[in-house]
Formats: sequence, structure tokens, C-alpha cells
Amino acid sequence: MAPPQHDPRRPYKRAAISDQQRRRDFALQTQSARRADAQARARSLANSLLSPSYPPVDQAPASPEANHDDRSHEPAVNEVATAAAKLRGPEGRRWFACQIMLPEWMVDAPPHLARDWNVCARPAGQRCLVVSTNGITVSRLRNGTVLHRFPSALPNGSKRGISGPASSYSILDCIFHEPDETYYIVDMICWRGYSLYDCTAEFRFFWINSKLTETSAGDPPSTYHRYRFCAVPMYESTLEGLQAAYSGSTPYVKDGLLFYNKHAHYQTGITPLTLVWKDEACSQYVLDTDSEGQVPTEQHVVLELQEDGKLITSDDPPIIFGTLNSEFIQKSNLRPGNLVRFSVRDESVKLVDGKMEIGELQFAGKLNRSRTFADSHSKVLFQYAARHAPLRIEDLVASVQSNSMELESTDVEMQD
Amino acid sequence: MSLDVTQILLSAQSADGAIRKHAEESLKQFQEQNLPGFLFSLSSELASDEKPEESRRLAGLILKNALDAKEEHRKSELFQRWLALDAGVKAQIKALLLQTLSSPVANARSTSSQVIAKVAGIEIPQKQWPELIVSLLSSIHQVQPNVKQATLETLGYLCEEVSPEAVDQDQVNKILTAVVQGMNASEGNSEVRLAATRALYNALGFAQVNFSNDMERDYIMRVVCEATQSPEVKIRQAAFECLVAISSTYYDKLATYMQDIFNITAKAVKGDEESVALQAIEFWSSICDEEIDILDEYSSEFTADSDVPCYYFIKQALPALVPMLLETLLKQEEDQDLDEGAWNLAMAGGTCLGLVARTVGDDIVPLVMPFVEENITKPEWRQREAATYAFGSILEGPSADKLAPLVNVALNFMLSALIKDPNNHVKDTTAWTLGRIFEFLHGSALETPPIITAENCQQILTVLLQSMKDVPNVAEKACGALYFLAQGYVDAGSASPLSPFFQDIVQNLLMTTHREDAGESRLRTAAYETLNEVVRCSTEETAPIVMQLVPVIMMELHQTLEAEKLSTDEREKRSDLQGLLCGCLQVIIQKLGGMESTKFSFLQYADQMMDLFLRVFACRNATVHEEAMLAIGALAYAAGSNFAKYMAQFYQYLEMGLQNFEEYQVCAITVGVVGDLCRALEDKILPYCDGIMTQLLKDLSSNQLHRSVKPPIFSCFGDIALAIGENFEKYLIYAMPMLQSAADLSAHATAADDEMLDYTNQLRNGILEAYSGILQGFKSSPKTQLLMPYAPHILQFLDALHNGKDMDDSVMKTAIGVLGDLADTLGVHAGPLISQSTSSKQFLDECLSSDDPLVKESADWAKIAVSRAVSG
Repeated sequence: MAPPQHDPRRPYKRAAISDQQRRRDFALQTQSARRADAQARARSLANSLLSPSYPPVDQAPASPEANHDDRSHEPAVNEVATAAAKLRGPEGRRWFACQIMLPEWMVDAPPHLARDWNVCARPAGQRCLVVSTNGITVSRLRNGTVLHRFPSALPNGSKRGISGPASSYSILDCIFHEPDETYYIVDMICWRGYSLYDCTAEFRFFWINSKLTETSAGDPPSTYHRYRFCAVPMYESTLEGLQAAYSGSTPYVKDGLLFYNKHAHYQTGITPLTLVWKDEACSQYVLDTDSEGQVPTEQHVVLELQEDGKLITSDDPPIIFGTLNSEFIQKSNLRPGNLVRFSVRDESVKLVDGKMEIGELQFAGKLNRSRTFADSHSKVLFQYAARHAPLRIEDLVASVQSNSMELESTDVEMQD
Repeated sequence: MSLDVTQILLSAQSADGAIRKHAEESLKQFQEQNLPGFLFSLSSELASDEKPEESRRLAGLILKNALDAKEEHRKSELFQRWLALDAGVKAQIKALLLQTLSSPVANARSTSSQVIAKVAGIEIPQKQWPELIVSLLSSIHQVQPNVKQATLETLGYLCEEVSPEAVDQDQVNKILTAVVQGMNASEGNSEVRLAATRALYNALGFAQVNFSNDMERDYIMRVVCEATQSPEVKIRQAAFECLVAISSTYYDKLATYMQDIFNITAKAVKGDEESVALQAIEFWSSICDEEIDILDEYSSEFTADSDVPCYYFIKQALPALVPMLLETLLKQEEDQDLDEGAWNLAMAGGTCLGLVARTVGDDIVPLVMPFVEENITKPEWRQREAATYAFGSILEGPSADKLAPLVNVALNFMLSALIKDPNNHVKDTTAWTLGRIFEFLHGSALETPPIITAENCQQILTVLLQSMKDVPNVAEKACGALYFLAQGYVDAGSASPLSPFFQDIVQNLLMTTHREDAGESRLRTAAYETLNEVVRCSTEETAPIVMQLVPVIMMELHQTLEAEKLSTDEREKRSDLQGLLCGCLQVIIQKLGGMESTKFSFLQYADQMMDLFLRVFACRNATVHEEAMLAIGALAYAAGSNFAKYMAQFYQYLEMGLQNFEEYQVCAITVGVVGDLCRALEDKILPYCDGIMTQLLKDLSSNQLHRSVKPPIFSCFGDIALAIGENFEKYLIYAMPMLQSAADLSAHATAADDEMLDYTNQLRNGILEAYSGILQGFKSSPKTQLLMPYAPHILQFLDALHNGKDMDDSVMKTAIGVLGDLADTLGVHAGPLISQSTSSKQFLDECLSSDDPLVKESADWAKIAVSRAVSG
């Protein structure tokens, strides 16, 4: 049993950490990062199966991975991303258009605006879906045409920024604002392959802000990042929030306000859980213009002609505003599926239980092909209201105030 | 019992294997049949001066081993066994041990003092041997120096075995008084003085109160400093060891003694024996360690504060300290670079100089540079080597602004010296210094203009590749330099200046691994490690070259499997080489499997590669190769669900890894690989889950398994549940009680120190990750209700964590996530429980306002899930 030794020996001319230890640590780190990913996915993804009418197979060729992949949550995300990259034909475009959540026009302030809704100032510009995957970013307008194909600092958005599986997608709902060449993000559908369809709006907005800061997508443009991305400031729809969105300054030109119900999932197509509202103060485009850019004296509506001559809105299910007889159809050289513009005389409009009925439609012309969609019922109604008794910002403020009084009053003791 | 214990003990040390074996058998039998009698016989043997020294020594050793063991579970078993012995027998044994301290035989005294300390280590915390210290101290005033010496030695060992809290301050005072008196210069017997000095080393931890008292501290310090001047070298060395221990334990109490200590250490470094001088240098290294820690805490963003203030001793001593250390650098031994075990004045001095540079930063540069400039061109190799070593030592610590101009000048000189200097020692240090330049002054993180440019990079590479053909110790350092050169380009992407030379670099490294003498100086290991780093830093452009490397490395691995009839030594070497090759493949898998452009073509090698890994396992018989396991984890992740086809063959090794209690690192890695497999295979892992879960549950119940593996095992439950969803149902009745009891333990653990708190938090994190995975795994399943019975306990656990206030941010993040998962999966059913839980609201609010973005992110998610569950 030797006397105690207190050896002062220290490492000499050696790197402090061995490569083996580095490998070990790296394995542990990646394992824990992947566990966090798997959990995040479980949290945001369960139930998120989108049930779209899938595009015809030949129009959205499946990628090789998709063939091997039988996991149930993938197709939805896959379809959108694949379609974004390889979309062909009008049917495909029409399908693609159905993947965007479209707001109804606000003709009445919904109840509990302050409690249940978020609001933001909508940037003026082109609404589009931006998909980044496999080292490239593609933006597509609502009608399916490509707006830009470019490298970006979104995940897997450029050859340089590949991280994790390169085939994982990110899908953003954006408005491209021409003057400063910036994509303003109004919603997020998918991030690094994690679908957010089934997440509430509140969560998606939070996710936009936290995930965007993880990338350098907010940076000014550079070689590997052609356009800047920017989250639109989102407010609670309280008096202050409404004020901020309505009159606060923004780096972009405003085109009305967007309201999101906090609890609503990302629902494709037209939904009453997202609303758009405009007045002259916050938008240059309150009243629809004709092809010359002039506001016509009478309200115009755009409707789609059906096989049987019915004229319908773009709602699902559609609303029928009238019928054309076959003689007129033939004479005017119209075909089923055509979009037709009509002018509406005020006196022929009736409002029944919040629904609009039009007595007489006056043919104003066929639309060129660039437009793909008929007006929605709420849009027609909003346009009508805008010409007669618009919903004013004061009305919204009053609605918010009455809501908040309602909330407070529950706490007030009745007194003599 | 008529056994002749003496004879058996002697036979047990016989040169004849058969006799020895028989004797060992008898001892074992005796111990098993009659433990009290066995221990009593051994202590009688040890106490008896009539018995031979050899049998007494072995008796003492067996006694010691019957009282203590390295492994925790064995140790507590032995403690319990001793405590359960008849009190009368124990009293007799203890009396015999104390009696032995007066034996004229030095060896018997020393052995007995260690056994006494072991008994004390068990009994004193139980308040069972209160008279021991008093009785030891009473014999200290004996005139016989041998008894005094043995008593002091016993006190020293006792302080090593017993924790300070278990001893009253009154007794501590008495022990210290006795020890310090024994150290005093007035003590005429040098054996006594040495024993006392060594005892003080162990007793320092007991002296907190005494070091806070100026007078007592002055006295202790004076005696220690005087002992450094003793004529006996062993006493001087032991006294300096005490100073080293004091420097770290009582750093904040040293200010008034520093001048004296500097003088003492300077004198020792200059003229004393090497064993003493090394401790004197260690004193300063240890002060550096303390100040580096304190300054680290000052600059850390969380606390910006330290419990102990920095006294800047090193900064103050700098003008005298640096010349003293530089002097030592000239005292190299010939061939010290070839001797793994070498440790001498020059090495200690250089190491200390490096620590000083890290402590004071820029201030050291003007003090060292004149020495470098004066010596680096001298004809004597010692001077050139010392100058180079001094320069290399100060490259970490000072700012890049300060160093860059110097390095710019030195770089060319170093490159030329690496090729042209006639001395191996100088070349070795030169290559090491180049490595330090690349490590600390190269890379995208630096803000100064780059020292390595596209222009000189080629020249550097040419020199390093040539130097890799030099003698093994120099070549090893050249590999190390290349490692850091590559590391600096890890973020350079396609702009990496290494890309044009990539093929050349890889080929030279492979050639180096094949050198006949690559086994010397760790050269082969260094070459593979550098190859790994080069692969990690490869880009899309160089990926094809990495792809070509795959069959090459696989072929090498294949060759190791063909060798037959190997000796033990050869088998060990083969296993080392297999480790290096599997490590290299692991890095390649991560690289090529992680890039979309290479993944598909790389995975064509997966079958062959997996076959090789399985054969590596097979040739280890009972144990699993850690490196192969890590590589398989990486392969599973890259291959995804296609990995399922290997599972049937791989499963037995997975199980073997999970059973490896002894090499707990292997077990931990294997647990991690189970997680990789869960994510790769998802529900295809189901057929193997019964076996895996059984093994994991066994691991958790075992007290042999190192505790650090237990938190990852809990996390692994979560991985499995997430992968197989509601199929986890059948494991709930086993897993949930384990999670609950571990949760109770970890919630109420009072952490004695930072390390324990750290472990407790890891355990909590593992438990919470398990809950998270299980809850999410059951989400949207019709069987969700099966989890309801566990919800109250989970919420109680969260309450307890919240009330405990000692969880770290990562536990906080996981915990609030579990609250969200619970609400998410159980929905409105959990609503009332959550509303009732005492602290969930407050906990959530705290997390929502956390500064840590990850905590906030989890909390935001939980808030939404909870509000949905509560509002219905």
C-alpha cells in the first residue's frame, strides 16, 4: 500500500477533446435534436391530413420519394409542394388555387372581435404561395402561374442552405409587395416538412415569427437570397390592435385589413374565419374597377357560366345569381366555364336574411383569361354595401368596445 | 475453527498456482461460512507481532476489501454487511486494529491505519465510533515516534474517508492542532513530520472554519511554508502538495501570503529536486485554473458574477513569474516526445505558461516575445525548441489583434523550420505550434484579416503533407495541424481553398495510416481523426472524392475481419483499428447521407456496410463495439425505414449493447441508437419492442448500471412510444410505475452539489421526455383514456418541479411541453385536472415570460393546448 501520490501531470501538446469524444457528443446532440423534431412534429401534425380533391395524376407527377412514402400525413404537403414545382394545365392550376385559404369579405363585424380575432394590415400586392424545397424557392399566384423561381434563405430554399433532408418542404402564404420587392408572410402552412394545417391561427403566427428568426430569410437580398421575407405584424383585435393595424405606419402600402379567427385551422378555400375589410383610408382599391381602371357607375359582378346556363359565384357551394338562356349564350359566343361580367342596378337588389338576391343582371362582357375566378357572394355583398352603407372603421371600433363592455359587465355587481 | 489462517494467507501468495488457488478457495469458503469469525481472524493476524509480515499484510488487504469497493452498489452492500455484524465482534476487531498502530513493524502499522479509516468511513457517519478520534488523539502525545507517526497517518486516511460534515468542529480543531503540531519544525522525527504533512493534505477539507480565522490560518500557512524548507525532500514535496491543495480550496484566503509563496516556489523551481519543483510549478498552474474559472464566470452572459472575486494574483506576479517559467523551458530531456509517460520541468513550465496566457491575455505577449526572438535562431536545439514552445504556448488567451501581426511574421519561419530544422524535437514543437495557430487564429469566426489566405494555403499544405512523411511523432503533430486547418474552413462552402487539394490530402492521409510505424506516437489515430475532419469539411464539389473513400475504408475494415489466429495483443490492435475505421465510416455516413445530392448513390453501399458492422460485432464475442454502434445509428438515420431489413440480424447486438453494464458508455450509445431506430423505422420497430423494453426495464432496475445511462433510457421510452403509438399500451403497466417513482425521487431530491443537481435535472428531463412521447404517441387514438389514470400524478410532478425552483431551462422547456401534451392528448378530460393543479397557471405564465426562446416556444404551444382543453 503505497503512500499517496498527488500527480501534477497535465495534458501536454494534445488537443483537449478527442475526435472520438466529438463523435460521441455529436451523436448525442443530433439524437436529442431529432427527438425534439419528432415531438414538434407530433405536436403540430397529428390529424393534419388535408383532404383535397387531388389533382389528376398526370398533372402532378409524384416525386420518387413519394412513391416509397406511405406515411399518411405526407401526401397533403407533398401534393402542394410538387404541384408548386411541376404544375401543368388549367385543372392543376385550379386545384392549386384551392389550396389557398381565401377570406370572406367582412360585411358585419363578427361578435367577440377583441377576444377571438387577430388583425393585420394587408400589404398591397399579389397573393401567392411560396414553396421552398430541394434547393429552390418557387412562388405561385393564386391562379397557379409562377411568379418567381429563385434562391432564398428559407429552409432548403437555395443550393447553399440545405439542412436536414433537402426534400422537406416549407410553404408560406405570402403577398408579394412590388415596391420594395419583399414577400410579406401572412400565413404559414408548412415549415421544414412539419405541416401546420391543423394548427390554430394563433399558433401559426407565433410559429412564423419564431421560425423566421431561425433563418436569415429576413435579411436583405444577396446571391443566395433573391428576395427579402418579412412577417406581417399581427395584432389582437382590441381597440389598440385595431388602431395599430388601421393607422399604424407599415413599410408597405396597405390594402385593407385582414382578420383571422385565432382558433381557426388553415382551411383551404373561402372561409368566414378569415375576413378582409377595406375603406378609403386604408386601401386604394375599395370599389372594383373596370378593365380601364375606372370605377363604373353601376356595380359590376363577375360570375361563372355553368353548363345549364346558371350564373354562379365562386363559393362552395356556389350561389346562383341568375340564368342565361341558350340563345343569348350562343349569340354572345359564351362557353360553360367562362367568366362573365354583369352590371347590377341598385333597385334590382334585395337583401334577404343577409343573402343577396339580384333581380336583373345586365351583360357587360366576357372576361379575358387572366382571371380565373368568379366573385364570391361576400365580395358582391361588400361591394354593394360599399356603395350604399359601408361598414366603417367606427362601426368596427364600436363593435370592439361593446364586446369589451360585455366582458367587463360580467364582473360588475348590480347596484341600486 | 481449526484453520491455520497464517498458512493459508501465505499459501495465497505462493508462486505455485495450484497452491494459491486452493488457498484462495479456502479463504472464500471461510468468509462465506462465518464472516464475523473470518474478519476477527484476519484482524488478529494483522495485530500479532509474532506472525510473518507477508501474512499480516495480506490479512490487512483482505480486511480493507471487505469494507470498501469501487462500484457503488457493492460498496453499499459491504457497508450494510459490516453494520449488521454483532457489536461485540466489531468492538474486538476495532480494538485489535488500534492495538496494531503501536506495532514495531512499519508495514503492519500502515496497513492497520488504512483499515481503521475504512471502518471509520462506515461508522462515523452513523455516529457509531464516537470515541475513535479522542482515543487516537490521546496516543498522539506518546513519546514513541512510531506510534505518533501511525496515529497521524490514521488521522490523514480518516479525513480522506469521512466527509467533513460528519465530524464536529470541536474534533476537527483537535485533529488539526495535532496534525499541524506534528508538522512543526520543532518535531525532531522526520517520519512523524512527513506523516503529519501528508495528513494535513487530507485534512484541509475539514479546515473551512479554521481558514476563516486569521490567526489559525496564519499559523497553518506558516507551518506549511516552513515545511517546504525541510531538509527532507519528501517533506518538502508533501508541503508543496499542501500548497497546491490550498490554492484551489482556499484561493480567496491567499492574498497576504502570495509574496512569500512566490519566493518559495521560485527557489524550488530554480534549485530543488524535480519532484519538488514540479509541485511548485503546479501551484501556479492551479492558481491559473482558479482565475480562469472566475474570469469565465465574470464574462458569462447569465451570471456575470462569481461567488469568489478574482484577486488577479497571476497578473500581479507576471513580471517575475514569466521569466521563471521561460527558464524551465530550456530544461528539456532528450527524446521526451517519444516517451508517453514523460513529465518534466520543461513540460510543466510550458503548460503553466499556456495557462498564464489564458489567464492574463495580451499582457503576456511583450514578456515572452523577446525570449522567442532571442532564442529561435540559436544553434543549440534546446534554445530553438524552448522559443518555439513559448510562442506556441501563448497563442490561446491573447487577442487576435495582438497576435495576428506576430503570427504573420512567424508563419513562414515555422513552415520552413518544420522541413529544415535538423532536430526532431524542434520539428515536433513547430508542427504543434502551427496547429495552435490554425486552431486559434484561423476560421470564419475571427474578425481580424485572415492569416491563412488562398495564396499561402497551398504552401502550408505542401509543408504539412511533406511533414506527414517525417518520423512518427512529427508526422502526428502535422496531422493535428491539418486537422485544425480543415476545421477553420468548415463554413467556407465551395470557397474552401482546400477543395483543389482535396484528393491529395485524402491520399496522403491514407498513406499515413498505412505506414509501418503508424502504431508509434498515436500516428494512425491522428491520421484517421484528421481524415474525419477533412470529410466533415467537404463540400458539394469534393463529395465525389468522399464517395470514392467509401469502398476504400470498407475494404480496410474487411481486411481486419480476415485475419485469423491472433494473439491477445494483436486482437486488441485489430479492435483499435476497427474502431478507427468505424469512426471514419460514421463521419462519412453523416456527410454523404445528409446531402440530397449524394444520399441516394451512397445508400447503395448500405447492405455491404451493414454486413461489415455486424461482422465487427461478431468478432468481439461478448461485447459490442461502441464505434460500430455509433456508425449504425448514423446509418439508420440515413436509411430511414429501409433499415428494417437489417433488424433481424442486428437485433442480437442491440440487445448485447443494452446489457453491457460494465462499459456503460456502450450501453448509453446503444440506448441512443434505439432512439435513432425509432425515428427511422417508426412502427416497423414494433416486432422488436418487447425485447428492447424488457432490457431497458432491466437496466433501470439494476444498481450495477452507471447512473448516467438512466436519464437517456427514460427519454428512449418516449422515442418508442412516439414510434409505435397506442401499441405502447402493453408497456404502460411497467413503464408508468417506474416513471412515477423516479419522478417522485427526482422532484424531491435535495442536490448536495452542482454535479448532483445537474444529474437530477438530466433525470427529470428524461422522465419528462418519456411522458411527452407517450402522451403524443396516444394522441388521436381511441385508447387515449388509458392515460387518464396517470394524469394526476404527472400534474403533481409538474407542480413539484415548479415549487422546487431548482430546474434548469431545458427541464423547464420539457416540463411545460408535457403540460401542453397532456392537454392536447387528453383534451377536455384533462381540463378540470389542469384547472385544479396548484401551479400550472403560474408555471405557464412564468414560462411565457421566460428569456429563453425555447422555453417560450414550448410555453406558447402549451398555452394554446391548455386553453383548448380548459375551455372545452
